[in-house]
Amino acid sequence: MKVMCSVNPGHCTLIKYIFLLLIIIHLGLNTAESVWPLPQIVIPSPERYQLKPQSFSFGYRRNLDTKHSCSVLDAAFKRYFSILFPGYTYGNDTLQLSENEVFTLTISLDHHDCQGYPNQDSSERYKLSVFAGQASLNAETVWGSLRASTGLETFSQLVYQDDFGSYYVNKTEIEDYPQFNYRGILLDTSRHYLPVQAILKTLDAMAYSKFNVFHWHLVDDPSFPYQSQKFPDLSNKGAFHPVTHIYTQSDVRRVISYARMRGIRVLPEFDSPGHTKSWGKGQSELLTSCYRGGTPSGTFGPVNPTLPSTYQFMASLLKEVASVFPDPYIHLGGDEVDFSCWRSNPYIRAFMRKMGFGLDFSKLEAFYIEKIVNITSVLRKTSIVWQDVFDYHERRKFLSVVEVWKQGCYLCEVRRVVKAGLRVILASPWYLDQPGPTHNWARYYNVWPLAFKGTEKQKSLVIGGEVCLWGEYVDATNLSPRLWPRASAAAERLWSNERQTSCVERAFPRLQEFRCKLLRRGIQAEPLYVGHCKHEYQSG
Amino acid sequence: MNSLLGFTFILLALGSCRGLQDNDVDEEPELVFQPSKYGSLWPLPQNVQISDVSLKLSSSSFSITDAKESGAGASCGLLQLAYKRYYEYIFGGAKKQKVNRNARAGPTDLLELQVWITSPDSECDGYPSVSSDESYELTVDQPIAVLKAPKVWGALHGLETFSQLVYEDEYGTKTINSTVISDFPRFPHRGILLDTSRHFLPVKVILTNLEIMAMNKFNVFHWHIVDDPSFPYLSRTFPNLSQKGAYHPYTHVYTPADVKMVIEFARLRGIRVVSEFDTPGHTQSWGKGQTDLLTPCYSGSTPSGTFGPVNPILNSTYEFMTQFFKEISEVFPDAYIHLGGDEVSFACWQSNPDIQKFMEQQGFGKDYRKLESFYIQNRLLDIVAATNKGYIIWQEVFDNGVKLKPDTVVHVWIGSGSNSEISKVTAAGYTTILSAPWYLDYISIGQDWLNYYKVEPLNFNAGTEEQKKLVIGGEACMWGEYVDATNLTPRLWPRASAVAERLWSAKEVTDTGDAFSRLSLHRCRLVERGIPAEPLTPSFCLHEYKGI
Repeated sequence: MKVMCSVNPGHCTLIKYIFLLLIIIHLGLNTAESVWPLPQIVIPSPERYQLKPQSFSFGYRRNLDTKHSCSVLDAAFKRYFSILFPGYTYGNDTLQLSENEVFTLTISLDHHDCQGYPNQDSSERYKLSVFAGQASLNAETVWGSLRASTGLETFSQLVYQDDFGSYYVNKTEIEDYPQFNYRGILLDTSRHYLPVQAILKTLDAMAYSKFNVFHWHLVDDPSFPYQSQKFPDLSNKGAFHPVTHIYTQSDVRRVISYARMRGIRVLPEFDSPGHTKSWGKGQSELLTSCYRGGTPSGTFGPVNPTLPSTYQFMASLLKEVASVFPDPYIHLGGDEVDFSCWRSNPYIRAFMRKMGFGLDFSKLEAFYIEKIVNITSVLRKTSIVWQDVFDYHERRKFLSVVEVWKQGCYLCEVRRVVKAGLRVILASPWYLDQPGPTHNWARYYNVWPLAFKGTEKQKSLVIGGEVCLWGEYVDATNLSPRLWPRASAAAERLWSNERQTSCVERAFPRLQEFRCKLLRRGIQAEPLYVGHCKHEYQSG
Repeated sequence: MNSLLGFTFILLALGSCRGLQDNDVDEEPELVFQPSKYGSLWPLPQNVQISDVSLKLSSSSFSITDAKESGAGASCGLLQLAYKRYYEYIFGGAKKQKVNRNARAGPTDLLELQVWITSPDSECDGYPSVSSDESYELTVDQPIAVLKAPKVWGALHGLETFSQLVYEDEYGTKTINSTVISDFPRFPHRGILLDTSRHFLPVKVILTNLEIMAMNKFNVFHWHIVDDPSFPYLSRTFPNLSQKGAYHPYTHVYTPADVKMVIEFARLRGIRVVSEFDTPGHTQSWGKGQTDLLTPCYSGSTPSGTFGPVNPILNSTYEFMTQFFKEISEVFPDAYIHLGGDEVSFACWQSNPDIQKFMEQQGFGKDYRKLESFYIQNRLLDIVAATNKGYIIWQEVFDNGVKLKPDTVVHVWIGSGSNSEISKVTAAGYTTILSAPWYLDYISIGQDWLNYYKVEPLNFNAGTEEQKKLVIGGEACMWGEYVDATNLTPRLWPRASAVAERLWSAKEVTDTGDAFSRLSLHRCRLVERGIPAEPLTPSFCLHEYKGI
């Protein structure tokens, strides 16, 4: 436009004026407002500083008493350098740099612990100040170094390019922390197998939206892709293919370590007693034999809760899971158990009579889950269950975290759960397997997880929410565009202050801008509506 | 941009309301995978006989060759490129090794596929047209298979069919059963519409989709190249149109070389490229690079600064259109141009005093449809006719009573009442193509391909045989409001494949169970060929998508 302007002086004033307006809008979006999800406290400024890849560096604050490096951060520096300066390669930069062109982002950590894994209680609070020649990022807590990448992510979103390709960052002060500690994405690798690469790519994109839990719905009815050390037959016989469609131990370790580098927890789900058809192929007598008339029909139902061998198996499997997955939580599922097969089986009915359950099969289910939860506690893991378990269980004391997933008045359910003193993860409003545009981002943005009557203490039991992308119609061919940027709408709801982010109209241009950033970073995020990005997705 | 945003939010609001009611998914009887006796053939050929005799193909000894008697030999680049393409699809990109004639061929080996163009004019260097002969006959038998086709277009389809017959046995050996097929399309116009105005689609994405179209025997790429939001077509005559009307004058345009590449890539796959330059509505982006082309809208007695449809009362408009369509007719070799003509809003015309005066002079009264007809009938059609091109128009032009040339093709797109529309159009003697049931940009969870599959294009009221002959085919439309390179391919495939079979295969091919099995395998074949075609149900492919 500027070029045209000089060629065509007659229209210049008007065009210049429009151009100025555009710059304002442009800069407005490229500064603090454009950070997605919106930070809690932002003090923006029009003062801007140029960044040059040749003279930009990351550093640790000098007076730390511990040694000045941390592998998680070093890896993050490397990642974010190429995000900040896409396409930049070290070359023959013979530019003479004057001292005032040097820009350093300095990280200081109040505690310096690089080992370990992020967990539910690790704080993600950080302070970021950008001023002349430098920026400082302060992450305050024990887990700060692991979570400092959230601050780096924010910084990377503050940097923008002008029309001539120069990089700028504006003077900014940010103080930030998440509204909810649990911000998850569920991927389903049973209904369709997702190659490890697709999972890693999703973890990248999750970090860009500050998601911090990857809920890995590993196994389900259609297939059992987890290769167990103790029970290799589970995947040998239960996976879609015993070699190409499984997650080996090293695959799993790779996912966990990749996630850890990005401040993301990996929460494994081994859903039982329902949703276990694929388990039965490699573990005989685990599932209940269904009967027709007086004889076994050859089909199988949920896990058989009456046999001691079932609990030996589950204890052994969960022990393995507990050691493979470092997260202190395990998701035990417990949803949608179909009672008809249990009812058909004479041995189950006999067991029911013996236990005095009458004809109430939910009691049998409760009996089973309680045992599994106990096994999990012995392994020093906290269990998470789907809401069904809470709904049918009379004794709820042994439960810890309930994930609310059913549609309808989900806040009513949230209220019931917190009233019982249990913690809640909310998933109902974020079932993204329904495709857009009917299920567009605004629908996922306009969710108010705390809009129920309750005490502050009760509300604090809502630990967060989760985007679920079930796999019936999703595999690696369409996963990314179905997830992004719609999941990012939920990300802002879970991270940012509700009052500052209650308006869809204001969020729209910010999310459009953010979606273009995702494209620039190679994430296949679909468009919100008509329009374009400077750098379109180049299909591979 | 502002008005655009406003519009967006209306849509968003509507979207979320509709979404609430959208939760009930149609209950379909569960489709279970039962191997079809037709294997993975898609679309199903007209006549197929597959025997139990299986033959082996080895990448070192198998070759695709020209039959001695063939009307197209080594000089036919189109066929030679196709041989290479299909050899690679059959053997998964394995490097072709030197054919070793001395190697002992077993009695169950298939050594050769001979391609025999039976007509003296193979049309190798021509462009496909609506009347092209696409038929072929394929005989697979030991030791050679023969593919006979009058023209190269049929041979291309036959090669695809041949590649679909090849499967891996349990040891991974490429295998094909002895088979006899004779095949031809039910409808000659089988199209896909892509919209490159609402979102720019990089050329690479267009080429990928042309390749997939060929795998589904589609033969028309309807290129909805420009519209309100952007004008990415770089016109040699009027470079300002894209310079000012594209999203970006360099990165978001189709240069003449790009367009040529698309046309040639399509031709090599037997696909026509029908360009659409929609007027007089849907032209906001045209106005940026061509002053006085659009009608200035008025609020009260002063121009409001906004613009409406093309201004039909100025001579300059027709001078522009004459030059512009002259260029288009030279750039796009197809015999047809799509002229659009849909969704013209009359509000702006009504507001403009000069237009009002013109209406009076012409005696149009208050009937703005007459003004639209004046633009299309009295001027535009003559301009295009002078370039010796035929034209396709959206149904509104017909509905508004515009007098059309007898060879006009009417494109039926409005969802409700499309059957009676087809009756009317064909009763008036016009040929027609159907898109109404195939708006693939509308998506829902579940197996919506079934809805596209179950459409019977000739099932309209009171259709005589003569009328039915006038239905020359249909098009699946992928409008671009919510679609760009990030999600186009999985959204289009394999859903569009359902339309492909409806337009190619015999009317009686309606068994959804059999279709499900074949389509599942066809989808896995697409995935194996590197295409991100989305899944139909919980399932897996032996070779999952790797292009992440």
